[in-house]
Amino acid sequence: MPRDKSIKKVLVIGSGPIIIGQAAEFDYSGTQAVQSLKEEGVEVVLVNSNPATIMTDIGMAHYTYIEPLTIDFIEKVIAKERPDSIIAGMGGQTGLNLSCELYDAGILDKYRVKVIGTSIESIKEGEDRDSFKKLMERTNQPIVESEIVTDIDSGLAFAESIGYPVIVRPAYTLGGTGGGIAESEDEFREICQQGLHLSRVGQVLIEKSIKGWKEIEFEVMRDGAGNCITVCSMENVDPVGVHTGDSIVVAPAQTLSDKEYQMLRSAAINIINSIEIKGGCNVQFALDPNSYNYAVIEINPRVSRSSALASKATGYPIAKVAAKIALGYNLDEIKNAVTGKTFACFEPALDYVVLKFPRWPFDKFYGAKRTLGTKMMATGEVMSIGNSFEAALLKGIRSLEIGQYGLERKSSKTRDINELKKRVQVPDDERLFDLAEMLRRNYRVEKVCEITGMDPFFINKIKRLVELEEELKTMTPDDFDEDSLRFFKKTGFSDKAISKFMGVSPQDIYAVRKKYDIMPAYKMVDTCAGEFEAVTPYYYSTYDRENEAQASNKKKVMVIGSGPIRIGQGIEFDYCSVHSIMALKKLGIETIIVNNNPETVSTDFDTADKLYFEPLTEEDVLNVVEQEKPDGVILQFGGQTAIKLARFFDEMNIPIYGTKPEQIDAAEDREKFDELLEKLGISRPKGKGVWTMEEGLEVAGELGFPVLVRPSYVLGGQGMEITYNEKQLIKYLTDAFEKDSKNPVLIDRYLCGREIEVDAICDGTDVFIPGIMEHLERAGVHSGDSISIYPPQNISKDIREQIMDVTKKISVALKVIGMINIQFIEYKGELNIIEVNPRSSRTVPYISKVTGVAVIDIATRVMLGEKLADIGYGTGIAAEPKTVAVKVPVFSTEKLPQVEVSLGPEMRSTGEVLGIGACLENALYKGFIAAGMTVPKKGSTVVAMIRKQDHEEFLDIAKRFEEQGCRFMATSGTAKALMAHGLKVPVVKKISEGIPNILDLIRSGVVDLIIDIPEKGNNINSDGFKIRRTAVESSVTLITSLDTVRAILSVMEKDIDENELNLYDIGRDLGHGNCYTGEQNKFAHSV
Amino acid sequence: MRKNIKAELILENGVRFKGNAFGYAKEAVGEVVFTTGMTGYQETLTDPSFAGQIVTMTYPLIGNYGINLEDMESRKPFLRGFVVREKCDMPSNWRCEMEINGFLKQHKIMGLEGIDTRALTKVLRDNGTMRGIITTRVNDLTPSQIKQKFDTYTNKNAVRETTCEEKYVINGKGPHLAVLDCGIKSGILRDLKKRGCKMTVFPAFTSAKEILESEADAIFLGNGPGDPKDIPEVVETVKEIIERGLPVLGICLGHQIISLALGGDTTRLKFGHHGGNHPVKDLKTGRVFITSQNHEFVVSGLSDEIEATFINVNDGSIEGIRHKTKPIYSVQFHP
Repeated sequence: MPRDKSIKKVLVIGSGPIIIGQAAEFDYSGTQAVQSLKEEGVEVVLVNSNPATIMTDIGMAHYTYIEPLTIDFIEKVIAKERPDSIIAGMGGQTGLNLSCELYDAGILDKYRVKVIGTSIESIKEGEDRDSFKKLMERTNQPIVESEIVTDIDSGLAFAESIGYPVIVRPAYTLGGTGGGIAESEDEFREICQQGLHLSRVGQVLIEKSIKGWKEIEFEVMRDGAGNCITVCSMENVDPVGVHTGDSIVVAPAQTLSDKEYQMLRSAAINIINSIEIKGGCNVQFALDPNSYNYAVIEINPRVSRSSALASKATGYPIAKVAAKIALGYNLDEIKNAVTGKTFACFEPALDYVVLKFPRWPFDKFYGAKRTLGTKMMATGEVMSIGNSFEAALLKGIRSLEIGQYGLERKSSKTRDINELKKRVQVPDDERLFDLAEMLRRNYRVEKVCEITGMDPFFINKIKRLVELEEELKTMTPDDFDEDSLRFFKKTGFSDKAISKFMGVSPQDIYAVRKKYDIMPAYKMVDTCAGEFEAVTPYYYSTYDRENEAQASNKKKVMVIGSGPIRIGQGIEFDYCSVHSIMALKKLGIETIIVNNNPETVSTDFDTADKLYFEPLTEEDVLNVVEQEKPDGVILQFGGQTAIKLARFFDEMNIPIYGTKPEQIDAAEDREKFDELLEKLGISRPKGKGVWTMEEGLEVAGELGFPVLVRPSYVLGGQGMEITYNEKQLIKYLTDAFEKDSKNPVLIDRYLCGREIEVDAICDGTDVFIPGIMEHLERAGVHSGDSISIYPPQNISKDIREQIMDVTKKISVALKVIGMINIQFIEYKGELNIIEVNPRSSRTVPYISKVTGVAVIDIATRVMLGEKLADIGYGTGIAAEPKTVAVKVPVFSTEKLPQVEVSLGPEMRSTGEVLGIGACLENALYKGFIAAGMTVPKKGSTVVAMIRKQDHEEFLDIAKRFEEQGCRFMATSGTAKALMAHGLKVPVVKKISEGIPNILDLIRSGVVDLIIDIPEKGNNINSDGFKIRRTAVESSVTLITSLDTVRAILSVMEKDIDENELNLYDIGRDLGHGNCYTGEQNKFAHSV
Repeated sequence: MRKNIKAELILENGVRFKGNAFGYAKEAVGEVVFTTGMTGYQETLTDPSFAGQIVTMTYPLIGNYGINLEDMESRKPFLRGFVVREKCDMPSNWRCEMEINGFLKQHKIMGLEGIDTRALTKVLRDNGTMRGIITTRVNDLTPSQIKQKFDTYTNKNAVRETTCEEKYVINGKGPHLAVLDCGIKSGILRDLKKRGCKMTVFPAFTSAKEILESEADAIFLGNGPGDPKDIPEVVETVKEIIERGLPVLGICLGHQIISLALGGDTTRLKFGHHGGNHPVKDLKTGRVFITSQNHEFVVSGLSDEIEATFINVNDGSIEGIRHKTKPIYSVQFHP
């Protein structure tokens, strides 16, 4: 069927902030879908609360609303824009659920919005557990014995009847949130209760455990005429029991015979046919490794993390094709953009192996429970392509940036064999390395398979790699002849890995490699295994014979991506990389991107002119440089991943655009940086490194409490704390020196002031600041976790001038060319500098959108040699709009057991939302709602637990809450303090004081807001920790900073009527023009 | 483990690929083709349609689930050589009974591994199917020896090699089919049996008279190797049967034979269709099916009384025909 011409304006709902289980893959899919719709002349209305995405860029959709993803706000958008259609499957589970809610509430009918693509009825058939079961019965598909329950007792009865272990899966949740495997009645009660609470419809599915079965996924597509194809099969290396998001996944499936493959493929196609999917769908199977028995685990009638992976693994653009199907096209009418010749109606053939590795946040959350199960915990992932399993495995490991280049891991090596054996039976993030260590100690392959449930195919491959690693240990570089070195390179060993096992430097191996001319040969990902000529230059490296990549003679620039998404280095950096590519393309320069993250827009096949899907290590990137010989390389947009390469590139004489490596070093080296600040006369909080307790106390005495303390050897705020008195400091130092006596502890004066952040562009002489951001929370909360306000509300003209002045001084002194991010503290009217990053930062997407300044475009051009003045930008600070925009962080801590949730100097958020309003309160209101927080209404119940030193400060807040008719409840200490000032505060029992205690109160659902200002976080045994965990796990709004409390209170006091709030189309209503015209100078003024 | 017997593939156009021998390490001459299926190597190995050919797998890991006795497509492999990037020495599957190396050795099939199969595929894609030699005499064969090997290669007897020696009957309660075995896969017979057909399977060169004596309800021609024009006898047999008004059905080579018998023509494709992902379109309903295919030749001309029923979505070639008035129907793909 040709395109349905009645579709003229389509509403696309995005997936909202990045959280565990719903990450950048939906920016990739969503962006692709939006572009696909636009290509067909359809107007696109987009709603997505996430400002860090390419999808929400001005000019991506025709009308872009960065508004909260609630049906109330979406209804407002519908009422304003009157789209004729909605496409439900492009915004992950969030988009799907919202579409269902809009439909159920009659809103779609009311505004005559029709659902295009897969219908709501079809979605519900696949999503709702009960109808899914019926569907499977109807289509004769086996499922795991299961029952849906809405209360614990009937669940318990069913669990007893099928026998433990049983799996509990809540309906309609992300990444299996709230589910788990219960081995006993007690565990069952706990998991079931949580699951019932978290499910939107109060349903959980109890099913028989099929632990040890293979987990196989199919990505399938169907069009309106009923044509069906499977895009890709995927096999989890970890058997059933580990969430597919936490599994190592290989594509295509490796251990299925054709018979088994066809059996599952037919099943997948039967299922999507019977529910009449129009678009893409993911079908998950469990397959008994010892028979033809299988079971359908679940289906996802939408784009998903797996569909993004399948797209990148095969080159088949699922979201793009799904959007075209929604418009009425059939698969045989849609061109395959990769070959330009064939059609979307075919099944991709792979001639390589793809592996996906999860990236877990346990390096940040070192206290977290690392056991992997049915709840996803990974924040991101890497993909690797090789033409053997071994090569893909080794590439994947080194892409993770966990300091691993092979299978030998320090922590595993120190474990005794019994411990290893015990550990590998319970999957965690180190299982691969632990089992490799067992194989290294000659533990039997069959036994490893037996206790892990992993297929011998994989374990044998790992064993082979371990043997080769051992072989390398006995060799020196001189032992290599051409054949043997080529063999190791073909197998996938990096120079670094080889050199490590030999005890030499990677350069030694590189030299041998050069001598024998052993260089990678790049192969193309072409969807058809070479059967047809392909036009899309999407490459991966091999050490095979024919190199298919050809460098052009054009001017070309290489952009280094940011790798897997992790806390502290998220989608924002992909946003920057993509924009840099767009800027370069506009300048007529050929663009080359190197990255390894399958979830992102940067690795879409048509983002850059050439895509190299490779690890971001020195060797892998250098290989691409030697292949492409770019005029230069851009590192500033790929976060620390790319910046880390600066020194190496410099040594290899590879031209780097923008700030030079030695200058980057000057900003990152504390001593050099201190010297520089001294020279420039810029103040920063005083501090010193100390080696002993006495020294520490002395320094703290000089500086005056509170002091900020942190170990000197870690980055990213890890282990950082604020100590308020000598007692706390002694405790901290005792612990710190016990853990590590070889490195000093850094003690800085803690300035409890206002945090201010700028992203600036410097061309070497002039400096342009697109916007100054004010943090709502006072210093001490990691900048990535604070609410950021633009334009600033409390910064005086004088301070602004100082900010401009200092930014300019530092940028010029550091010879910054391109981006710089600076964080300040305004303390008692004085500006102090706390951090400088000579690169793009996580606030760039946000500031680009709210100011309308094409920050990355300008920075890229400056890096290539243009001057700010010539680009048409005045220097100074850009003019500010009348609207206020706040960036509110979003956390995924409910998904990470035993992780602290209170705000502190360590970053914990995974994503962010934007709130835009006419005034700060309106913006905050939207921001809180979008972040999933509840703004308490008059008469709400508030539970407070405030540390002693803040009692006084809290009193005023408490009174204001009382004026709003709120009811306070508190544990004894806080209650006493409040009652002393005449407030009526019922006392709630602490955990140790019996039942019902505060945890029961929180779980009962009567509490609207919990204010918990902890003395000290990270102590999993403390009451406070348990209370905070209970709060997030019960989805009760929890605030751990008084500044945030004040903000939510002021929003509450304003008594905002949601109907009165304006919607802002960010392309039209923010008072700035189209940000890609480069004509923003009229908004810039000098201070 | 890395002590291997070196071997090389020499193509007619002079391109060579050096790798390691496996299976029956001696020498093989054949037409070199590639197949893009990611699973199903055992079916490929035992599919008689590959008789006389050296088959290259584009998927790099082959042998992962081993070989079992259940999934054979014929009594033995008829191909001449098997080229893979990496064969699996430690297969894993509950039904695995043999390793691929042993299986090839057993059937005296030469294997070549460790070559850049994608580069080879691209040579075949760009230059078309051509003859090749796999030999362990690396850099040893003289140009005249090579020429001689190519010149003496013929695949004209492929059907004769693969067809059954004597007729046999597969019982069933449904319609009775006379199957003319030109190298038919067991899979097709299994599927027909599943649908209740009774089948009398005849060797390819059985006379029309003998076939008609079986009083079958219809004649069925399955897949098979080679050029249909190499077996004019069979085409004649089919012509005779058509004249007698019996329904005739065909798949793959059978489809080509029927087309020739009806006055159509066949030609060689540049590099054939081999793999499990070929989209074909039903011209009547517009529906597209992803099909498994395995053929070098294609029906290229139709007589007036014949109409096309299916076409290939990628290259537009004819994938199915029917007679406008008579009950004759055939498809190129494997349904």
